[in-house]
Parts: sequence; structure tokens; C-alpha cells
Amino acid sequence: MNSTNRSEFIKGLRDGVPIGIGYLAVSFSLGITARECGFTALQGFIASITTIASAGEYIGFTLFAANATLLQLIIMTLITNARYTLMGFALSQRMPEGASLKTRLFTGVSITDEIFGITIARPGPVNPYYPFGAAAMSAPLWAIGTALGITMGNILSARIVSALGVALFGMFLAVIIPVCRKDRAAALAVIASFAASGCARFIPFLKSLSAGNRTILLTLVISALFAVLFPVPDKDPEGDN
Amino acid sequence: MHSGLYTYIFIAVMALSTYFCRVIALTLIRRPIKNRFVQSFLYYVPYVTLAVMTFPAIVEATRTPAAGIAAFVIGILCAWFCGNLFITAGSCCLTVFLVELILHI
Repeated sequence: MNSTNRSEFIKGLRDGVPIGIGYLAVSFSLGITARECGFTALQGFIASITTIASAGEYIGFTLFAANATLLQLIIMTLITNARYTLMGFALSQRMPEGASLKTRLFTGVSITDEIFGITIARPGPVNPYYPFGAAAMSAPLWAIGTALGITMGNILSARIVSALGVALFGMFLAVIIPVCRKDRAAALAVIASFAASGCARFIPFLKSLSAGNRTILLTLVISALFAVLFPVPDKDPEGDN
Repeated sequence: MHSGLYTYIFIAVMALSTYFCRVIALTLIRRPIKNRFVQSFLYYVPYVTLAVMTFPAIVEATRTPAAGIAAFVIGILCAWFCGNLFITAGSCCLTVFLVELILHI
């Protein structure tokens, strides 16, 4: 690690502290879900340190509990984490000229919503040591929080567990709602998704689907519909070219 | 019940498919994508998926639907006006705790 990379790594570690504290709280409720789905603290720790994804792990754990096949797991993981592909795409436009495959594979390790956010917000080409520093600080806290949720979830009162159980949904809202302020089409897509998802619980065919399959189907249909009705402006997503 | 080994295979498959999502575009795309439908579709996917996963699941996650509905409304307001991830998540938790406390559940 040369001196530039080391200083970027240290900046990443520092900026990863507030992210990690937040992760600790949120992953605790993920751990409660993991425990209900039959995971031990060690399994939850390993799952969180290797996957580092809130919605992706949540869906993975629930699929495990529902005896889903590995193929269903792969399809749902790819769908749930499609936003990481979009983030990877955005980062691909900001990699240094002629970045090697190794550099690109290394950069991808640290993509989470929050780390991507602080990385893309910085000017200039991306140095992968910065997001890696942020991940090195926050991912262990994410994994520890998951393990704590699994071990301590059952000694906390039912009232506290019920309250912590909605933290993940609060986190999802914090990802999708701020965009709705700036983009009316995204706001409409979110409202349509809430409505369709609510109605799907009562519609005969959709009602009989598993939660995972219902999510895949609704996501594909609603996203395609909005891509046709409200295509995004035809320009570079970072707007700096 | 699953065996321990199967659980670790499941975890490995989850981790690898997630990593695949992170690196596929980063490694394959070395110039801007021009197709407008693909760009638009990818733009909407994260919001639609998270919205579908949030509602009505948030209402079903609490011990009384009233607490879940309250958390849903407070969460939207909080995310709209403040936008901070951890304040929003915390407000949802606090809302559920208070509603269930008031309703003696």
C-alpha cells in the first residue's frame, strides 16, 4: 500500500465510524429476523461479514426459513441487489483511466448504499482504498450487530423486539423517500409500488405466491412500466461528462 | 430442518450472488450505456423493490397493525423532511414502542 492509498484508507476508516454505528443498530434487528429464520450467531456473523447487504440478507434469511431452493435464492439476491449493479455502473464511470480488472474487483467489495454514497460524493476518480477503509470499519460492526441480535433477541422484552423489528423498514424508507422529493416519477413509482404490494395481498393469484416471488414479479412489472412511461433523461448518470 | 453444512452453502451462495451484483457492471462496463430503456429500468428497480418489500410488511411486523401503520407514516415523514437513515430507522422503532405502550400490548 503506497502512501496515497494508505491516507485514503485512513480517511475511509474515519468516515466509516458513523456508518458503522448506524449499522450496529440496524443489523441488530436483522439479527432478530435471522434468529427467527433459524440462524446461529456464528452463521449470522459470517453471513453479514461476507454479504454486507440489508435488504439482500433480509430476503435471504426469510427464503432460508421458507425452504427456498438455491436457484430461488440466486434470483432473489440478484433482483434485491440490482441497485448495487446500478451503483457499480455509476462507479464504472468514475474509475481511473485504464483501471485493471483487479482494481475493479477490489472496488466492488465495498459497495453498500452508504459507502457508495460517501464514495461517489467525492470529486475525481475513485481510489478503491477509500471505500475499502469505510467497509473495514463498518462491516465488522454490521456483523457484530447481527450476531448480537441473534443472541440477545430472545432476552429482550417482546415490546423492544417488536419496536426494533421495524428499523430495517425505516432504513428502506430513508433510501427511497428522499429521492421522491427531487424526482416526481420516482415518487409515483414508490406510491404505485406501495399500492400494488398492498393490493397483491388480496388478489387471488398474487396472494398465493411466496413473498419473494411476489417481490420479483411486482418489481419487474412496475419498473418496466415506469421505464416506458417515464424514461430517465438521456445523459450520463453522473452528469459530469 | 436444514443441516449445518447446507446453511453455510446457503450463506456462501448469498454472498457470491451479492458480490456478483456489485462487480458485474463495474468490470464489464468501461463506457456509458446508451440504451435508454435499460438505464430507466435500472433506475427504478431499487426504489420499486424496497417499496414493495416495505409495505405492507412493516404493518405485519409489529404486534398490532396500528403500530406498524404509525411507524410507516412517521418513517415516510422523517425520511422526507430529514433524510437521515439512522434517525428515520430510530423514529420508526420509537413510534412502535410508544404506540404499543399506549395501547398496553
